[in-house]
Amino acid sequence: MTNLLHILLAEPFRLALALLLIMSFVGVNAAYLVWVERKGAGRFQRRPGPTEVGYAGLLQPVVDAFKLLSKQLILPTGVDATLFRAAPLLVMAPALIGLAVVPFSEKLLGRDINVGLLLIFALGSINVMAIMLGGWSSRNKYAIISAARVVSQNVAYEIPTLLVVITMIMVTGSMDLNEIVRQQAGGFWRWNLFRWDVNPLAPATFLIFYICMLAETNRAPFDMAEAESELVAGAYTEYSGMGFGVFFMAEYTNILLGCSVATVLFLGGWQSPVGILPGLFWFLAKMYFLIFSVIWVRWTFPRTQFYGLLNLSWKILIPVSLLTLILTGAMLKIFSV
Amino acid sequence: MKNGLKEIFTGFNSLVTGMRITIGQFFKPSVTTQYPHETLPIPARFRGHIELVLDPETGKAKCYACKLCERACPSDCILVDGAKLEGAKKKSVTEYRLDFTKCSLCGSCVEACRDGAIRFSRDYNLAGFSKEEFIMDLFAKLEAEAQAAGAPPAAPDAPGKPEPAAPAPTQPPPPAAAAPKPEPPKMEPAKVDAP
Repeated sequence: MTNLLHILLAEPFRLALALLLIMSFVGVNAAYLVWVERKGAGRFQRRPGPTEVGYAGLLQPVVDAFKLLSKQLILPTGVDATLFRAAPLLVMAPALIGLAVVPFSEKLLGRDINVGLLLIFALGSINVMAIMLGGWSSRNKYAIISAARVVSQNVAYEIPTLLVVITMIMVTGSMDLNEIVRQQAGGFWRWNLFRWDVNPLAPATFLIFYICMLAETNRAPFDMAEAESELVAGAYTEYSGMGFGVFFMAEYTNILLGCSVATVLFLGGWQSPVGILPGLFWFLAKMYFLIFSVIWVRWTFPRTQFYGLLNLSWKILIPVSLLTLILTGAMLKIFSV
Repeated sequence: MKNGLKEIFTGFNSLVTGMRITIGQFFKPSVTTQYPHETLPIPARFRGHIELVLDPETGKAKCYACKLCERACPSDCILVDGAKLEGAKKKSVTEYRLDFTKCSLCGSCVEACRDGAIRFSRDYNLAGFSKEEFIMDLFAKLEAEAQAAGAPPAAPDAPGKPEPAAPAPTQPPPPAAAAPKPEPPKMEPAKVDAP
């Protein structure tokens, strides 16, 4: 009886609360990651970044949000109105749903399901579709070129990502993110990043995952889809106001999700490496370190050329990730039967 | 295979080097001068538009309207007029008009001046809404300056002892009669170039 009550009454409230928390977290996070990005870009180039609005420019995201919200949503002539309007929502939704299964700490997660990893990567491919739709429906040459690039780039990078993820599923034997984190308890040498015993190429696996995450979120140096110096704003060219704003938010949310998954899979999620401070702190610290490194990479490397991008994936990442998959399989077969 | 591996490792190494360099820059101090809030020191030989030099002894312009500068000007943008006042040995300047719209800041006028009666001002905040704002009445400007410096006779505007260039003005400058813009210029004693 109490069980039924729990399912009927408590659970919907819990889910609604989780969704609300995730959405507000994503909103604030996207707004302030733009600030961090601009400040970081400034520091890397030895200038101060935004300073004028609020202390150290801290109110800049608020002002930017007001600007975007107050702008008109222009629907250019000849666009496919339905797809054009749906594309930003389709980019945003998978990232939000994906965050629902990410364990921010042992107890703090939206939904503890046993195929969380599958859910994230299944929805992750919608993201590509949505950017393609946005580009396609814009009826703009730059947007269409960008859409074509997004598809070929993501086809190229989905493969090594999934190979790496399969390797990690073989190592951990689970698709439940919380379970994967629980296995990595007891100091940083127990993190999947250092599981030499089952995956001799574990750090390389992490690196491949990281590179693929950069490519999948269309971040520099793989921002072929946006490529502002060649394609105006790529698939986002025709979008104005909050349509563009949602694409932007989705980009940062996808980075957040990618870094969260990397943290869970390789860096021990909410496990503390030294045994002090709560799990939430460690999760956020690891995740934001990864996000900082994404910004760091962006302001270090120039954009690759398109064939360079595909070469990297097909000639290096896919063979190496296949090799790790086979090696891991062999190690598991030989040593832990 | 061997070459491929080598390429991967050298490539990766160069990426790591790049990352190391950028993070090094990240922790170094910023080199930006936040312009409206802070300014760089003006170089001693900065060439602004010209201005008349005040004679600290008489409290009047040093200029005695010899019109050498007017003649030296290749752009024909200086207009000088003078009159002989009663009891004075030399003429004194009564009008000095600079058409800054035509001036190319060549400095021939300052070079031509025999007594260091004109110099480059240190005013670089020049902006205005009409062309007329840049036809400057330098004589009126000097009068206003002399008036402001009037209370203590030998004001720090003495051209004989130039002070080192500093970023901030030593005193709030007087609003010049023909000031072309809302914010008064930074009026510091300029170092007069040796003729």
